[in-house]
Amino acid sequence: MSDFFTEAVLIATVAGGIRLAVPLLLAALGETFGQRSGVLNLGVDGIMLLGAFTGYYTVLKTGNVWYGLLAGIAIGIVLGLASSLISVTLQAEQGISGIGVYLFGLGMSDLLFQRLVGTPVPITKFPKIDIPGLSDIPWLGGMFFSHSVVVYLAFLSVPVAMFIINKTNFGMNIRAVGENPEAADSLGVSVSRVRYATVTIGGTLAGAAGAALAIDLGIFQQNLTNAQGFIAIALVYFGAWRPLGVMAGALLYGFVNSLVLQFKTLGIIPQSWSDIAAMAPAIITILALVIVARRFRAPSALTKPFTRGT
Amino acid sequence: MADVPMLEMKGITKRFPGVLANDNVDFDLYAGEVHTLLGENGAGKSTLMKVLYGLYQADEGEMRLNGEPVTITSPTSAIEHNIGMIHQHFMLVDTLTVAENVALGLHSSRGALTDLDAVSEKIVDLGSQYGLEIDPAATVWQLAVGQKQRVEIIKALYREAQLLILDEPTAVLTPQEVDQLFETLNQMTADGRGLIFISHKLHEVLALSDRITVLRQGRVTGYTTTEGATRASLASMMVGRDVKLAPDKPEVETGSAALEITGLRVIGDRGNVVIDGLDLDVRRGEILGIAGVSGNGQRELAETIAGLRDAEAGSISIAGTDVTNGRPVDVRAAGLAYVPEGRMKDGSIGLFTVAENLLLIDHNSKEFLDAGLLNFDAIRTHSQTLVDEFAVKTPSLDTPVRSLSGGNIQKLILARELSGTPNVLIASQPTRGVDIGAAEYIHKRLVAQRSEDTAILVISEDLDEIFGLSDRIAVMYEGRIMGIVDTSITREEIGLMMAGVTREEAAAG
Repeated sequence: MSDFFTEAVLIATVAGGIRLAVPLLLAALGETFGQRSGVLNLGVDGIMLLGAFTGYYTVLKTGNVWYGLLAGIAIGIVLGLASSLISVTLQAEQGISGIGVYLFGLGMSDLLFQRLVGTPVPITKFPKIDIPGLSDIPWLGGMFFSHSVVVYLAFLSVPVAMFIINKTNFGMNIRAVGENPEAADSLGVSVSRVRYATVTIGGTLAGAAGAALAIDLGIFQQNLTNAQGFIAIALVYFGAWRPLGVMAGALLYGFVNSLVLQFKTLGIIPQSWSDIAAMAPAIITILALVIVARRFRAPSALTKPFTRGT
Repeated sequence: MADVPMLEMKGITKRFPGVLANDNVDFDLYAGEVHTLLGENGAGKSTLMKVLYGLYQADEGEMRLNGEPVTITSPTSAIEHNIGMIHQHFMLVDTLTVAENVALGLHSSRGALTDLDAVSEKIVDLGSQYGLEIDPAATVWQLAVGQKQRVEIIKALYREAQLLILDEPTAVLTPQEVDQLFETLNQMTADGRGLIFISHKLHEVLALSDRITVLRQGRVTGYTTTEGATRASLASMMVGRDVKLAPDKPEVETGSAALEITGLRVIGDRGNVVIDGLDLDVRRGEILGIAGVSGNGQRELAETIAGLRDAEAGSISIAGTDVTNGRPVDVRAAGLAYVPEGRMKDGSIGLFTVAENLLLIDHNSKEFLDAGLLNFDAIRTHSQTLVDEFAVKTPSLDTPVRSLSGGNIQKLILARELSGTPNVLIASQPTRGVDIGAAEYIHKRLVAQRSEDTAILVISEDLDEIFGLSDRIAVMYEGRIMGIVDTSITREEIGLMMAGVTREEAAAG
């Protein structure tokens, strides 16, 4: 255990937790937009997987990580629009249709990977950027200010999301549509336009999350996300549909994950236990969900398609 | 009155699959007047107004605003034409503030950002101008019902509505709140606005309107100016025949208390106290009416008596048997019949047939079982008798209940509940949303049951119903009985008690 309390290991653990939180944070923030407007998109993980493969493959072919990230975002937009079509226009049962999107993403990303790549080839990862001045601070610099641009952007998107939801007309429309779409409609707010926008934002961020994950690891494999998209959905509930809460959940999950990884590496957790330990983040998240999320109420119109005049 | 009406609707026809909701309806409105649309549920009032507000498109007919032909395709275009609508169910977002609710859907002076400060300022201005004071920063769910209605009216005024549709705006208000609302509305017509008032509360219609148009089964069946109209004349125009607004009640000698409630305390769905130290006795041969604005514990009271909700303290007994926190089946065995307020939610099973619904409380009775299996012959005979006796209009015994009209479902539930010989009958909102004919019949049956020495508790928001049926009236407010009075009390006094004033204070004025 004493191995753990060294400067290098502690910094690596915290920095690792932040890094691991990023894909969850992005995906969960995106899902927050959809859910605040009343749409539950269970397909997040599928979009993440296709974003991950697209990002990975683009970097593999071009060698440029930013092209990879943009490719992930592009596929996220397409799948976000497709999810909107399914949930908003076609009014499919949201508890089921998202699973279809997930299975599509799971299968398609693997199929494309097998056909186009075959054996995994490592790709370039995001470069680390040390923030001048801040990264030199002992301990804290290494933990917080020596990350890739994607990490900074992901955390920057938290206040941006808060601002959009709470301070803009668009955000007010989102909250209104998620709570009482009839009322919003009666005042001329287009319920479907708002929901298309939020679900597409969700798809975009899920695509970005997937690409960020693949390029951060520098690899792709079947089911790379390992259900992180579903954890992201749970985090939206955990965070009570608020960006700050969602961020807290993503960090909690990231840190527990990072801790377990360090413990395994240092042999603090015996090898024979490692499978059980790998479940710890999910179990802790579920427990936290049960304890925390109860106190908050979901948007009233969540999962309910809107039809005028009924 | 100006020469050109602000609104003319001519020959409006709107069809839904299998239903002719509006059949060649003409309607007009002049600036500065209140024109009432009167009719029963399903008469087509709401459809006509939804056509006007752009929620539905008419199949035939034309609309003119100030003489100009218009087509209104959405609420947005209605708002652009200065038409506002106060919906029967509030169109408010509970989790947003008053200012946000008002600002929703409007262009902001700050572009993409909200301009709630400016909106709040104007809300306060409008409020003081029309007697609609409200805190713009309050979140809507915290507001009382009357305040929510103010927000609805402010929303319309803020959008500069000249023509305002009010769809049953008084349904959830106390008499005092209604008076206040009418003052605001009178001020609005004085300012040259035109109001369309939809209601079935006849005394309110007479108090507020200049003209009245009556709809029945989608067609205009009557038109009158308010002068010279009476409640009885309006009711017969609505129904198409003479109706008795209050049932004839024979003298009945009251007996012992069949329902006794002492010190009842009940916790509601949100963990708050909804019934707080309530005492009540209902004697055999009397109808005790419970008046009050809904949401003051009436539903919970009925459910607790029926064994559907636990009491935290206190006791309930039926015909001398203690049934406090008993199972519903035990409470029924003690002689309770229960007509719940939600006829589709709690009173019947929509997909079950008429016969099955009539069997619901007796399905374990030996009479309908044959070696443990249902005896369909006995069931059919039994249900046919009840359907005939209670004049339930149904195509057959095998018709699913949900395809019957509200009045017929209500009669069916009453038939089932009265098929035994109850000691106590609880009828919650027995005629809410049913047509006048069925309401008349239901009232007659309740009075007949009173002559059978049943103790009857009627819970209703409809003061006409309470006054027409009750021998004594208990007024409920925030889970307490504010006082028990006889029917000589005035509407004003009852209204004050419904707002939480005690009997003594109300009598003192």
